[in-house]
Amino acid sequence: MSSRREFLTTSGALIVSFSAARIAGPLGLAAQAAGPYPDPDFRQLDSWIVIHEDNTATFFVGKTDCGQCTGTAFRQMMADELDIAYDKTTCVMGSTHNTVDQGGSGGSDAIQTDGWPMRRVAAEARRVLLDMAGTHFGVPADALTVSAAVVSVKADPSKRVTYGELIGGKKFHVALTGANIDATTGAAKVKPVQELKIVGQSPQRYDIPAKVNGTQKWAVGVKPAGLLHARNVKPPVAGATLASIDESSVQKLPGFVKVVSKGNYVAVVCEREEQAINAARQLKVKWDKPATAALPASEDLFKYMRGAAPTSSSNPIVVGNPDPAFASAAKVVEADYDIPFQGHTAIGPAHATADPSNGQLTVYSNDMKSYGMRNGIATFLKIPRDQVRVVWMEGPQGYGRTAADDAGFEAAYLAKELGRPVRVQWMRNEETAWDTKAPAFACTLRGGLDAQGNLVAFDYLARAADYNHLGYNEADTVLIAQLMGTRRAKPASGSAAAPSEMYAIPNRRMAMHVVSLPLVWETPVRTGNLRDPNGPQSTFASESFIDELAAAANADPVAFRLKLLTASTADDSGFKRARSIAVVKAAAELYGWDTRPSPRPRQSGNILTGRGIAYAFRGQTVVAEIAEVEVNRATGRVWVKRLVCAHDCGLVINPEGLKRTIECGMLHSISRALYEEVQFDTEKVTSVDWVSSPTLTHADAPAKIDVVLVNGDPNPGRPDLPHYGAGETVCKPMLAAVANAIFDATGVRLRRVPFRDARVLAALKAARV
Amino acid sequence: MSTITLKVNGASHTVEVEPATPLLYVLRNDLGLEGPRFGCGLGQCGACTVIINGVATRSCVTPTSAVKSEVTTLEGLSAGGRLHPLQQAWIDEQVPQCGFCQNGQIMTAKALLDRNPHPTDAQIREGMARTLCRCMTYYRVQAAIKRVAGGRV
Repeated sequence: MSSRREFLTTSGALIVSFSAARIAGPLGLAAQAAGPYPDPDFRQLDSWIVIHEDNTATFFVGKTDCGQCTGTAFRQMMADELDIAYDKTTCVMGSTHNTVDQGGSGGSDAIQTDGWPMRRVAAEARRVLLDMAGTHFGVPADALTVSAAVVSVKADPSKRVTYGELIGGKKFHVALTGANIDATTGAAKVKPVQELKIVGQSPQRYDIPAKVNGTQKWAVGVKPAGLLHARNVKPPVAGATLASIDESSVQKLPGFVKVVSKGNYVAVVCEREEQAINAARQLKVKWDKPATAALPASEDLFKYMRGAAPTSSSNPIVVGNPDPAFASAAKVVEADYDIPFQGHTAIGPAHATADPSNGQLTVYSNDMKSYGMRNGIATFLKIPRDQVRVVWMEGPQGYGRTAADDAGFEAAYLAKELGRPVRVQWMRNEETAWDTKAPAFACTLRGGLDAQGNLVAFDYLARAADYNHLGYNEADTVLIAQLMGTRRAKPASGSAAAPSEMYAIPNRRMAMHVVSLPLVWETPVRTGNLRDPNGPQSTFASESFIDELAAAANADPVAFRLKLLTASTADDSGFKRARSIAVVKAAAELYGWDTRPSPRPRQSGNILTGRGIAYAFRGQTVVAEIAEVEVNRATGRVWVKRLVCAHDCGLVINPEGLKRTIECGMLHSISRALYEEVQFDTEKVTSVDWVSSPTLTHADAPAKIDVVLVNGDPNPGRPDLPHYGAGETVCKPMLAAVANAIFDATGVRLRRVPFRDARVLAALKAARV
Repeated sequence: MSTITLKVNGASHTVEVEPATPLLYVLRNDLGLEGPRFGCGLGQCGACTVIINGVATRSCVTPTSAVKSEVTTLEGLSAGGRLHPLQQAWIDEQVPQCGFCQNGQIMTAKALLDRNPHPTDAQIREGMARTLCRCMTYYRVQAAIKRVAGGRV
């Protein structure tokens, strides 16, 4: 029996349950449920919305919120369709036993895709409640009006009844239709944009107070009775094979419980956390190194990637006739761009707690794809799905396929082995070295300009080190499955991305290849999705190169882009091109862009300033970003002093929440531009802490960030204006915007990420700046 | 194992632990305080920060036996149910994303402002520079500190 049903049938506890949901999130509910855990039926309205006797509502949605305002936005959208005040609602998210499987987070699709069934089911609840009120008053539903969850008779407003009085504490028993969860719908239609009142406002995020007053319950803090603490003992080098374990090295340590090992997976379990840390450090393990080098050293990576035979190649995307166009071009420009592996490197290393009580398995995790974790763990441990649930709770940032996946499986395995609740916590060196990485890219670009400076030919060639790209929560690719030897045989093919601008270039070719590292299993250099998986890499290359072409044409970078966006083409991209022009112009105007070619005239003094623009699409969301930098000629330090972003994601649900997400996403990419690189020798990752793996800090924060939310739709007032995704798009153009600004300031073009002080200083010196 | 008495947020607690146990694990696992969090165990990131004798202290590298004065954690800032001005500023400015590091941000900012109630922008950057945030909320953290320093809470 699910906990949601429990509090539906236990009417005396309604208010208590409601408060628990508000304060403690899923844990307050989860503690009551003993399983099994059948899937909530998405075709039942009761799976989505509960109206309480006190005329409040709880929404149950199958998404997770990584601190980017999505939960608040869901409440706004659903409250608007239901006609209830925002502050009379709560939202329960992400736990597999009491919410339908909307996939958790991913692809910045929360608002864009999942917002639609949420709006439709809320509209359906409103329709059903109006019908009930009609029966109550003996009038047709269209004789009624509703405001703030109170239905009244239009002709006699003294006749009124609340939603809570109509159904509070009882079930709707209303069936929904739809081939899948995304298509879930009732009979009611959603409101036109013009009738939405809560959407477009900026209620404060409901999750913030507990995060600043210390009352937030986190996945990392769950402590079921009898909890044990585990630490992994990872292979010291990639591809190492376990030879032997000397258990006597830890057996006499205080609190020691067990060494668990299978294949090359090793963990130590103790009663207390500090005991497990100590025991894992002291355990004597002998490993055999692989016969051949697992990795090219990171300083040789790009040479290796350019020389490796591709494991797969996508069919080139070709427009026009690039080769003849290059042959007749007045000027041809070519450049290579290199982007290293970059990690998630979460501020809190991966963790999970699994509890095998009652013959069921409950996993407490911050993994953004809790539903996939549940399915994967059931498969991995060969136990029925309905005996497994994942309770999603808050945790450190999860922007894609993080090691939270791996830790969840490890905790589940250990809990099953020991028959007691087990908490797995990766240490900092494990997280930084072994977390999944965004693939490295080696790109070669070529452009042809005619005598008037028009871009007539464009060639993009990308090679991504992405063979064996890991999916989410796969029972046969998670790290423990690899180490235990139960992995699949064939690696995933991986992918490389094409640029996503809308430039009208008459002759264009884009070719993408995937290459493999020598070792792809049981290695810390493993790839998985990181916040727009390939966008920052491909856009760094393409939007840097457009800037190089503008400079070669002696054209202003904004004007050069606008010319490419207004050029006539035969393709059917007018809608996207119009919205591209809108954001580029809005960003330039907000920044106060002065039209001139880059670089700016040579400056005196040690601080050189410059500005750069870049723009990109992701799905239907389009952004233009401008970075203003100060480059210190004496030290090579780059400071992004000012940022401007023009952002169009269609209908905006919560403008202030969106702005915070945009700001932080841009800064994440500035960190990738200036600092982040996973370094390794031929057998192991050498980036293992915050010294060897530097990140952006407070010292780097811009002095000013301006964000303008644009509606560039050619028909901006349309009643069906869609809400597109936000979050990842802003990560794409930032690396190029920074590189373009450095070029504007110094005349030096940086084509290798990251732009740490020493690299910048060397480039300035080489160019005699 | 040793018996160690700690004063935390105004209350005394006695725990039985190895003397070298980092204070972080005692606070989290024995006293049930979830404000300070494990981020690196190396004193590099600041997620575990508590205040001892007015100093922002990294509890992940502080042996419990070395603690001789009262410990204040994030929970202790709002004792009595009244938010500290910094906590209110964090809400007003809508600072956190995931929020995991924000304990360290707030506690480090408190020690900074207690020492220097009206820091310059440069002093805020310098004072906060070793407290990391991987959601990159730095811009809003600094705005919230400036709200408090400027008396705007």
